[in-house]
Amino acid sequence: MSTKTNIIQGDIKKRIDTWIANYPEDQRQSATMPALRIVQEANGGSLTNDLMDEIAEYLGVPPIAVYEVATFYGNYNHKPTGRHSINWCNSISCYLRGGEELRARLEEKLGVKPGEVTADGKFSIKKVECLGACGGAPMCQIGKDYHENLTEEKLFKILDELE
Amino acid sequence: MVKVEINGQVIEAHEGDMLIDVADGAQIPIPRFCYHKKLSIAANCRMCLVDVEGAWKPLPACATPVTDGMVVRTNSPKAIASQKSVMEFLLINHPLDCPICDQGGECELQDVAMDYGEDVSRYTEAKRVVGDKNAGPLISTDMTRCIHCTRCVRFGQEVAGMMELGATGRSEWMEIGTYVEKSIDSEMSGNMIDLCPVGALTSKPFRYTTRTWELKAHQGIAAHDSIGSHIQVHSKNDKVMRVVPHENEDINEVWLSDRDRFSYESINAEDRLTKPMIKVNGEWKATDWETALQVAIEGLQKAVGNDIGVMASANSTTEELHLLQKIARGIGSENIDFRTRQVDFSADAKGFHTPGLATAIADVEKQDAVVMVGSYLRKELPILNLRLRKATLKGAKVIAVNPQAFKFNYDLEQIADDNGMVANLAGLAKAAADAKGDNDALLANVTATDTDKVNAEALINAKNSIVMLGQIAQSHADYALLTKLAASLAKNTDSELSILPIQANEVGANLVNFLPANGKNAAQMAQGMDAFLLMGLEAADFTDATQAGQAFKNAGFVVNLTAFDSEEARQYSDVMLPIALFAETAGTFVNINGNKQSFKMSVKPQGDAKAAWKVLRVMGNMFNLAGFDYTHTNEVLREVLDNRSTTLALAHLDAEMVSANNDSKVVMVAPYQMDAMVRRAPSLQKTPDANVATMVGGQD
Ligand code: SF4
Ligand code: FES
Ligand code: FES
Repeated sequence: MSTKTNIIQGDIKKRIDTWIANYPEDQRQSATMPALRIVQEANGGSLTNDLMDEIAEYLGVPPIAVYEVATFYGNYNHKPTGRHSINWCNSISCYLRGGEELRARLEEKLGVKPGEVTADGKFSIKKVECLGACGGAPMCQIGKDYHENLTEEKLFKILDELE
Repeated sequence: MVKVEINGQVIEAHEGDMLIDVADGAQIPIPRFCYHKKLSIAANCRMCLVDVEGAWKPLPACATPVTDGMVVRTNSPKAIASQKSVMEFLLINHPLDCPICDQGGECELQDVAMDYGEDVSRYTEAKRVVGDKNAGPLISTDMTRCIHCTRCVRFGQEVAGMMELGATGRSEWMEIGTYVEKSIDSEMSGNMIDLCPVGALTSKPFRYTTRTWELKAHQGIAAHDSIGSHIQVHSKNDKVMRVVPHENEDINEVWLSDRDRFSYESINAEDRLTKPMIKVNGEWKATDWETALQVAIEGLQKAVGNDIGVMASANSTTEELHLLQKIARGIGSENIDFRTRQVDFSADAKGFHTPGLATAIADVEKQDAVVMVGSYLRKELPILNLRLRKATLKGAKVIAVNPQAFKFNYDLEQIADDNGMVANLAGLAKAAADAKGDNDALLANVTATDTDKVNAEALINAKNSIVMLGQIAQSHADYALLTKLAASLAKNTDSELSILPIQANEVGANLVNFLPANGKNAAQMAQGMDAFLLMGLEAADFTDATQAGQAFKNAGFVVNLTAFDSEEARQYSDVMLPIALFAETAGTFVNINGNKQSFKMSVKPQGDAKAAWKVLRVMGNMFNLAGFDYTHTNEVLREVLDNRSTTLALAHLDAEMVSANNDSKVVMVAPYQMDAMVRRAPSLQKTPDANVATMVGGQD
């Protein structure tokens, strides 16, 4: 199989190789997650099937093994995102603490639903499973940062302060 | 050994055995979905929860090792409550569409739900729906029925060695599939149908044709390769509806190749020949057996004294081949052969060597090193390839000397460069000879490379090793030379030398001497004969199909025992006698290990077709030959039961080194072109393995 993209070269290749070197030689598959992260970053925040195929070929694993990982974790995006991507926790603790009502307010404010990007390209929302911060429920992740114990006021303030 | 108590019964077990295996051994039922004895433990369905004393939570029996003094209850209120809860949970999103589901009647979910399910669901919300995928011509998908046991995924990863299905998404959005639109192409894919405990993966050709409880099961032996997999033929009203594997740990375990599973489609093909036919003044006429046989015998009798060519498919039964050669020799013809794809017959001068594998099929797993010479084993003998794959997972080194690199499903070293097979094999043999101080004259002008030396070393150091010649070697222009080189390599590395029988009964054909001891071989006969007596063969079975077809056409008289009617056969035959296919006759195949495996008739032959052995018996009598008064296949078999295989000193064949690379002359055959039956199985014909180009290039 030869893939249609050629993103793994130069600096990107070097960064992935550093991760591969962390594992035994016959376990290149272990670098799937960092490779996905690095490639996603280089591609402006989301992945495509062709990019996943390229990663699979580079690591020497079947493409489906990469799809499995890339579709399991909420931090990989399969659609273009806004400049600030909001990962909204959809699991039980946040749900019990009003996460769903709060998300409705968020959708109203931004005028988009999960999976969509605002017209100005600034924000996108995505529903994700438990992010392991149940103690601070309800919570969400914006870019790389967690924001916990959210209220409407607190959430809107964070959004307003973002560039 | 430890002692465990299950439901009050004390059982001895090996420490570390899983509870479910111990319970199975003692026939104590524990419900399960994801557990399968041939796959790794996933413990993801939780159906097997049992109550273990001292454990606060119920434990999954499939992933709980037994310890001494363990006290287990599979039927305590706590165990039953957990099992029922899991059942209810699994059914939440299941469509419960059993009346329109093909799995109905043989569904593990249905069975377990009978025991552990409630009759009314408490779930009133909308169920999730998963779109069906097009997984190719063999497997039908209804993914809403999937319970995510991942058996199919693990089969691909662990057994087929080709991960095509995976679990994408998460939680409520988890789906089993290929993620991108793609067919499932493994040559073993049909096994996923058996493994799937529900109706998510079902057989496309079988789908909607009958309900499983209407089927009658018959034991059988698969008729397309020399493994001799054990099968069950399922029939309804004397029609073969499907074929499934029958467990045999020593041969096919619980698996079956797609070729052996789906070839049955051709039994019910439109172009079956159902009436004896004769050509009268250039016109074909259906007739009765008596007339047809009379015409056949008279025609052949006229040809007696001239060159009569007698050839048969190596997928014929031992009984059929024995009787056919007996007739041939009875009427004075020694032109007898089945090797229609061989081109180099020079080794025949020394006699015949019965192909086979001395190592038991199951023990191929225990090899430390194997050299394949001219073989895409994965497509030639899929079951043997699985065993070899297991050996590689335990660290065995496999080297393949081939005309080109193939997509094997395990790690191996492929030697397939422009030097050609002869030169590459010679290099390897030379390295082994050097290491052993053997001055083999054949190798005098050969030099071994460093890689050859490393490989030879690995073979010498291996405790168990085999050098095997596959189908590509056997159809190579330098077959005798390759055999001689392989023999030298095997001798100096202390390896078993094996010429792999490919078709179902090549070994049987050798045992009954269906070979031209003093006559013409298949290639010579394909150049032209006065008359032909053919059984189960078509021009497409020959390396040069055009030449063979022409030879048949030019012959003065052709009697064709065939299960199929075709334009081509009508052009060259003078009499066509309709014969039974594998599930329609009793007989015996001798497999790669020399096991004589007899089977009974599963269904009646179509139309007026008759088992070929019966036709031959009558022909023998009509020729007034002695010893054709059989009443049962057993009597035919008894006659050849003591026949022994013959071995040749293959290291002493007359063959000289050649410098030419003849690899490009090899005519490769795709697995689904190997015989008249698979060529007519429509579903197999839609897969990549139906032709050489896609077999070699079309898969990942
Ligand atoms: S398709 Fe069948 S075998 Fe595969 S995970 Fe679903 S239920 Fe299990
Ligand atoms: S449920 Fe939201 S962080 Fe765990
Ligand atoms: S069979 Fe034990 S968890 Fe599935």
